[in-house]
Amino acid sequence: MQNRYRNMIARFAGMGVLIAVILTPAPYHAQTQAQPAQPYRAPRTKDGKPDLNGIWQAVNSANWNIEGHGAAPGPFWQLGAEFSVPPGLGIVEGGPIPYKPEALEKKKENFADRMNRDPEIKCYLPGVPRAMYMPYPFQIIMSPQYIMMAFEYAGALRTVYMNHQDAPADSWMGWSNGHWEGETLVVDTTDFNDLSWFDRSGNFHSDALHVVERLTAVDKDHLNYEATIDDPKIFTRPWKISMPLYRIVEQNAQIIEYKCVEFSEDVLYGKLRKVPIK
Amino acid sequence: MSQRLFTPLGAILALVIIAAFLMPSPAAGQTVKSGTNALNVAPAPSAEAKPWVVGKTPDGQPDLQGYWSNNTITPLQRPNGVTKAFYTKEEFLEAATKQAERDGEEATPGTVEDVHYDHTQFGLDRTQATLTPDLRTSMIIDPENGKLPPMTPEGQKRAADRAAEKRKQGAQYDQAQNLSTTTRCIYMNAGPPMLPVAYNHTYQIVQSPGYVMILIEELHEVRIIPLDRRPHAPQNVRSWLGDSRGHWEGNTLVIETTNFNDKVAFQGSSQDVKVTERLTRTGDETIHYEFTVEDPHTWTQPWKAEMPFIKATGPIFEHACNEGNYSMSNMLAGARREEKRAAEAAAKKGNQ
Repeated sequence: MQNRYRNMIARFAGMGVLIAVILTPAPYHAQTQAQPAQPYRAPRTKDGKPDLNGIWQAVNSANWNIEGHGAAPGPFWQLGAEFSVPPGLGIVEGGPIPYKPEALEKKKENFADRMNRDPEIKCYLPGVPRAMYMPYPFQIIMSPQYIMMAFEYAGALRTVYMNHQDAPADSWMGWSNGHWEGETLVVDTTDFNDLSWFDRSGNFHSDALHVVERLTAVDKDHLNYEATIDDPKIFTRPWKISMPLYRIVEQNAQIIEYKCVEFSEDVLYGKLRKVPIK
Repeated sequence: MSQRLFTPLGAILALVIIAAFLMPSPAAGQTVKSGTNALNVAPAPSAEAKPWVVGKTPDGQPDLQGYWSNNTITPLQRPNGVTKAFYTKEEFLEAATKQAERDGEEATPGTVEDVHYDHTQFGLDRTQATLTPDLRTSMIIDPENGKLPPMTPEGQKRAADRAAEKRKQGAQYDQAQNLSTTTRCIYMNAGPPMLPVAYNHTYQIVQSPGYVMILIEELHEVRIIPLDRRPHAPQNVRSWLGDSRGHWEGNTLVIETTNFNDKVAFQGSSQDVKVTERLTRTGDETIHYEFTVEDPHTWTQPWKAEMPFIKATGPIFEHACNEGNYSMSNMLAGARREEKRAAEAAAKKGNQ
C-alpha cells in the first residue's frame, strides 16, 4: 500500500515536471536547445589569441556612399550602366552623419567637385576606415607583435602594433595600436592627415580623426566589424559604422597586386603633357 | 643647404668609422651612432662565433621576423678593372670612402645643377643608414667574373626593340609616362630580387601560419608568400612583383617567383624570367640572401648573386610616394615653360 502511494506520488511528480516543461514559454526552449546567447569562440593562434588570419572583404556599396542611397548614374554617360552607382542601405548607425553645418557644406562641395577632389581617382591611399570596405579583398597576417592588414587596392597596408608604440608622423593610413578584449580585436587609430575620404560621395574628416575599430569573429567565415568615428573639428559627436566582413573561401585565394598609379597619371599630369591628351 | 653642410662631414666621419671597422679589437665594427648623420658599417660576423641556432615562430617556422636592411656599397656587377671577388678591408675602406664622396658630390653651389634631394630631411640614403659589412666586389657570384652573362640574340633583339619603342614615345619630359618608374612612384627595385635602392632600404618580415610577409618600405610594397605548395596563379595574371610561392628547405626560405609583367624587364629580362630567392638567418643580426635568375630568352646561362640583410631599426614609415609626387608636376611644368620660352625667343628673333 505504502509502495502504491509512493508510486502514485512519483507518477504525479513526473507528470508535474512534464507539465512544467510543456507550459514553459517557447523562447526558453529555444534558448536551452540552441544556446544562441553563448558567443562564438574563434579558433586560437599558437600564442592563444583569436585567429583572424585570412582574406576578408566587405560585401556592400559603402565605398560609393557610406550612408543609405539609391542607384544613380555614373559620372560619364558614355559608360551607361557600367560604373553607375549601386544602391545600398548604408553602414552608418542611427541616422545621418552628424556633420557641423560648415562641414556639411564642404561635404556637398566635395561631391559636386569630386572629379577633381576624390583621392581614389588619383590612386591615393584610402585611409581608415575606408580601406576596410572598399570592394576589394584584404588579408590579415597575425604575429604576436604585429597584425598586418594588406589591402589589394593600391597595395595599401596597415600595421597594428600590439605592443603600444607612438606614431612617428601623420600619415594616410594613420597609426594603429591594438589590444584584445576577449574575442574582440580593438584597434585604436590616430595621427591621420586630413586628405583621405570615407567614400566617393565626399564624406571626409580632418587630421583630428580618431577611429576605434572592433573586429570579432562571429563564426568561422564572418567577422563583425564596427568602428567609432570621432573628429571634433568636423562632427558634433562620435558616430558609428558597422558591417560584416566575409572570408574569401575560394581555394588558393590570394591578394593580387593592384597598382593603380599608372592608371591615374593622366588625371594627375595629363595637362602637363607636351602633346595634350585627346 | 643642409645637404651641402652635411656632406664633407659625412665623408670624414665615414673614414673614421670605417677605420674603426677595420680594427681587430672586439669592438670593431660596432655600429656607431653619432649626433650627426654618420656613415655606419654594421659589425662583421665573427669567424669564431658559436654556431647560430635559429629561433622558431609560434607555429614552428624558422624565425626571420624583424626589420632588415640591405644598404650596401656593393654593386650588382663587378666594376671594370676589379678582378677579385672580395676586397681586403683596406680596399673596402677605399671603395666605401669613394662612394661616400660620390654620394655627396656637389656641383657649384647656388646653381641649378646643385639642386638635389636633401636626404637628411626625408629619407636615409646610403651615407646615413647602416651599411652591410660585406666585402664582396659584386653581388653577382656566378658567372665567376661577377658580371651578367652574355645576352642571347633574342635578348639583344628585345633590348633594341624596347629602346626603339621608348624613342617613339618622345623625349624624357614630354609626358609622365616617359620618366622612370621610380620617378613615377610605380616600381623601385622591389624585385624580386630585392635590391637596395637610393634610400630607405628597409624591410619588415612578419610570419603567420602558412605565410611569410615581406613589407618593403619603398612604395609600401607587400609580398605575401604562401608556403602551402599551391600552384602559381594562371600565367595571364601578371604583375610588377610577380607571383611568389615559398617553401622551407631546412632553415632556408626558398621563394620562386614567376608571372612578371613585360614592363619590369629586370636587367633586360623577358616576362618569363624566373627568380628563385633563398633567405637563411645566419645570426641574430643577419640574413644571408641569395637569388638565381633564370631566363633562357635573355641570357646564355642562369646567374646568381648574394648579399646580406642586416638588422635595422623600426618602424617602417608610410612611403606615400604618388600622393606627394610634386617633383613630377614640377619637372613636366618646367619642361613646358622651357618650351614656351624657347618658342617666344624664336618668335622674337623672327620678328627682328
